[in-house]
Amino acid sequence: MTMITLQGVEKHYGDYHALRGINLDIQAGEFFSLLGPSGCGKTTLLRTIAGFEDVTDGTVTIDGQPMANVPANRRPTNMVFQSYAIFPHLNVAQNVAFGLRRRKDLNAAARNTLVEDALDMVGLDGYGKRAAHALSGGQRQRVALARALILKPKVLLLDEPLSALDKKLREQMQSELRRLQRQVGITFILVTHDQEEALIMSDRIAVMFEGQIAQLADPQTLYRRPISRQVGEFIGVMNILPAEVKIAVGARIAVDVAGLGPVMLTPDQCPAGAKTGQTHVGIRPETMAIAFENDTDTGNLIDGQVEEVAYYGDMTYYDVRLQNIERPVTISMKNLVGRHVLQRGEKTKVRWDERSLVLFKQ
Amino acid sequence: MSGRSLRIYAFVYLVFLYAPIALLPIFAFNDGTIIAFPLQGGTTRWFTELFAARSTALHESVINSLIVASITAVFSTLLGICAARAATRYRFPAQRGIMGLIMLPLVLPEIIVAVSLLIVFMNVGLGISLWTVIMGHVLICTPFCIAILNSSFQNLDPAIEEAAHDLGETQWNTFRLITLPLVMPGIISSLLISFTISLDEFIIAFFLSGTDPTLPVYLWSQLRFPQRLPVVMALGTILVVLSILILILAETMRRYGLRRAGLKDKGGFL
Amino acid sequence: MPSDTHTIKGLKLVSPPLLYAVLLLAGPLGMILLFSFLPQPDNPTEATFTLSNYAEAFNDPIYPELLRRSLLISGAVTVVTVLLAFPIAYFISFHVSPRHKSLWLFLITIPFWTSYLIRVFLWKVILGFNGVVNSSLMGLGLIETPLQFILYNPTAVVITLAHAFAPFAILPIFVALEKIDRSLLEASRDLGENRLTTFIRVTLPLAMPGVLASILIVFIPTVGDYVTPEQVGGPGGTMIANMIQLQFMRLDNQPMGATLSVLTMASVTVIALILLVLNRPFLRTQR
Ligand SMILES: Nc1ncnc2c1ncn2[C@@H]1O[C@H](COP(=O)(O)OP(=O)(O)O)[C@@H](O)[C@H]1O
Ligand SMILES: [Mg+2]
Repeated sequence: MTMITLQGVEKHYGDYHALRGINLDIQAGEFFSLLGPSGCGKTTLLRTIAGFEDVTDGTVTIDGQPMANVPANRRPTNMVFQSYAIFPHLNVAQNVAFGLRRRKDLNAAARNTLVEDALDMVGLDGYGKRAAHALSGGQRQRVALARALILKPKVLLLDEPLSALDKKLREQMQSELRRLQRQVGITFILVTHDQEEALIMSDRIAVMFEGQIAQLADPQTLYRRPISRQVGEFIGVMNILPAEVKIAVGARIAVDVAGLGPVMLTPDQCPAGAKTGQTHVGIRPETMAIAFENDTDTGNLIDGQVEEVAYYGDMTYYDVRLQNIERPVTISMKNLVGRHVLQRGEKTKVRWDERSLVLFKQ
Repeated sequence: MSGRSLRIYAFVYLVFLYAPIALLPIFAFNDGTIIAFPLQGGTTRWFTELFAARSTALHESVINSLIVASITAVFSTLLGICAARAATRYRFPAQRGIMGLIMLPLVLPEIIVAVSLLIVFMNVGLGISLWTVIMGHVLICTPFCIAILNSSFQNLDPAIEEAAHDLGETQWNTFRLITLPLVMPGIISSLLISFTISLDEFIIAFFLSGTDPTLPVYLWSQLRFPQRLPVVMALGTILVVLSILILILAETMRRYGLRRAGLKDKGGFL
Repeated sequence: MPSDTHTIKGLKLVSPPLLYAVLLLAGPLGMILLFSFLPQPDNPTEATFTLSNYAEAFNDPIYPELLRRSLLISGAVTVVTVLLAFPIAYFISFHVSPRHKSLWLFLITIPFWTSYLIRVFLWKVILGFNGVVNSSLMGLGLIETPLQFILYNPTAVVITLAHAFAPFAILPIFVALEKIDRSLLEASRDLGENRLTTFIRVTLPLAMPGVLASILIVFIPTVGDYVTPEQVGGPGGTMIANMIQLQFMRLDNQPMGATLSVLTMASVTVIALILLVLNRPFLRTQR
């Protein structure tokens, strides 16, 4: 079932064109992420859904209802703000109970039970009497979550909710948010500029650049088959190699990567309507490998020379200059038992698999 | 300059600042009709004189001043709330010019404000009265109110109001339940400060007060009669104590507001 | 918020104070300008508008002299006040621990909130013939007869006004100093400047906007001050505001009073603009 539909949404701030023709369907119960560099319009898009920004053009539909003249306080959405927006003059329980004020059907006891359940759910049981300004960042975040979820919205909107937390806490909250979403079954829309966070948490991700959605896909597709060089380079590390499409006849596509001779690609590796001619292909660092003497894998081999070595403990990243290719490629290798780490300047062979190539639009 | 000599300088400067005020109680309790040294021994008769039935003119001027200051405080704070809220929350055309005009009295010689209002009031046939003093005082107090309220409104994260709206409250209820309680300390210190300014303002009141003098206008008339001066000193002492109490109250409110908004203190008002 | 309704809301909200300022500030100021072109009551001419007030203001030696004196006294007050204030602002910003800063600011603002009239009068007591200064100096045997030159002259006006405007001068400079990123000063030391040259090359230029603000905020109101010259100025310390008061309240000569007011405002505005232009390089460095 579709929960949210955006059709041709445009947003202008004076001369500035913040959203350009956004079309989007978000399913009920989905964990959906809006991912993109800062300033690309993610917050603006989220706020048009929440009702804080009117669209200049286009329509927003939530649960089948057009939202054109519905103000934020009457939309079935609730928001977790980037600054958390905890009311500083109220304590934790009063903050969480804030939206229940208009629920005349609840008596004080029922209200307290709801508040306690909500605090329980976010792991803050017993914190009700605390003053809002005495909370840590992580606790504020939980109060903001409880305050929104207690109203049982159809959609929960989260604007970079984890960006203010340190790395450890952030990782813990990521899995907790995911668990919470499965538990309550509400549609979550998460705004983030952190590609790793989006990959870990989401069912589907919309990647945005400059007010437009560049690609909408599940995490694996997004990582393995980015639609453009821009998406590929934004998500993880992507080596870009010059290539020439030699044959493009229906599903049969052959490319020559860096003059190493043609390889065949499957249709899912290629954009629709690929033509012969000069272009680029992308390949991820972990799908390439340093060919050590004792491994027996087969595949394409190229000669190269190590230019930089970055030792990460569990992994080593090499920048390797390959013959005929101008820019060095990045290769990541697991530091397995007995595998030695190459030195700068060492000559080596690099193995790569054509199944991991993606062909970008010409 | 080293920290040490700066500190000494700062203390000397404080002596310079406080010298006149320190003299007030000395002469208020001095048993002599001439305000000069040497001192003549202690008395409280100037304070008794203050409250004596003979001093009706004084009592009337105090009442006039209290009326003027209270009404001025309310109106200038109301205007200040509108302007500060508009300036911190919204963008509108000619914003700088509009705010500049409203804040202009802050850098205009008071005599100019006074005579320009006098010309208008005399020539539109309004005459002059305590109401014209109030109009002038609201004009000069509003910029101070705006300065105080600006920081209250600025300290308010717009997301907090949006959160209340998002949680189902209407715009008006959001203002009532969230905005107002959070800026209330600012409003109270704005009321107190404008009250104090109006209470002490002389030039505008001198030009615009007509037959009902405010306290400073009355004081001014008394400064010419040497025998009335000790009473003025006693009155001044009481005023100083009152102003300091009001100021401490205003400052406490401001800090309380900051603490409530969960912010660090960044200095005094103005 | 949608940008259109947003703008309208802002305008609606600002309209009461704006309307008030237009009616009671812009209107009256326009009225003053208008009146300065009207004929004087004792000199009825048939012309509705005349430049004769301005002609008189420039030709009668007393008016230019008073205006010149007002500007000079205010200039002196400004220089003295700001020079005395800067070290205090610097001390509070750089040498007072953050916990005690607001206490110091509080201490400095308190005298300002006590009756201006009474404060001015008390300076008269301090500086007068039997005043604090004279009786102490005589008591110490430093002088035989009371000093006469400290009351009823421009010096007394300068001292009294420097006292009255102290917090106005300190606060803007303090705010500007507080804004200076302390790492800039460390960077300057790191790049080889000593404390004095760091002060001259980094601190002072960055504090200039605050210094300028305090100059303007002291200079402009003092030009039009009325109480202090009347109380402690004596005949040589009378300023333009006293003449404006005389024209309006005693001589009932509104056109001449208005003309003098316009000329006062005009000179103040010109001086303020010159100061702003001269300080442009410093103002531009602000983010
Ligand atoms: N109220 C506004 N007025 C003008 N421009 C705005 C406003 N809000 C956002 N913008 C502009 O719109 C662009 C997108 O902003 P935003 O949605 O906050 O980006 P993101 O959340 O992706 O970082 C930015 O360039 C920002 O400057
Ligand atoms: Mg954002």
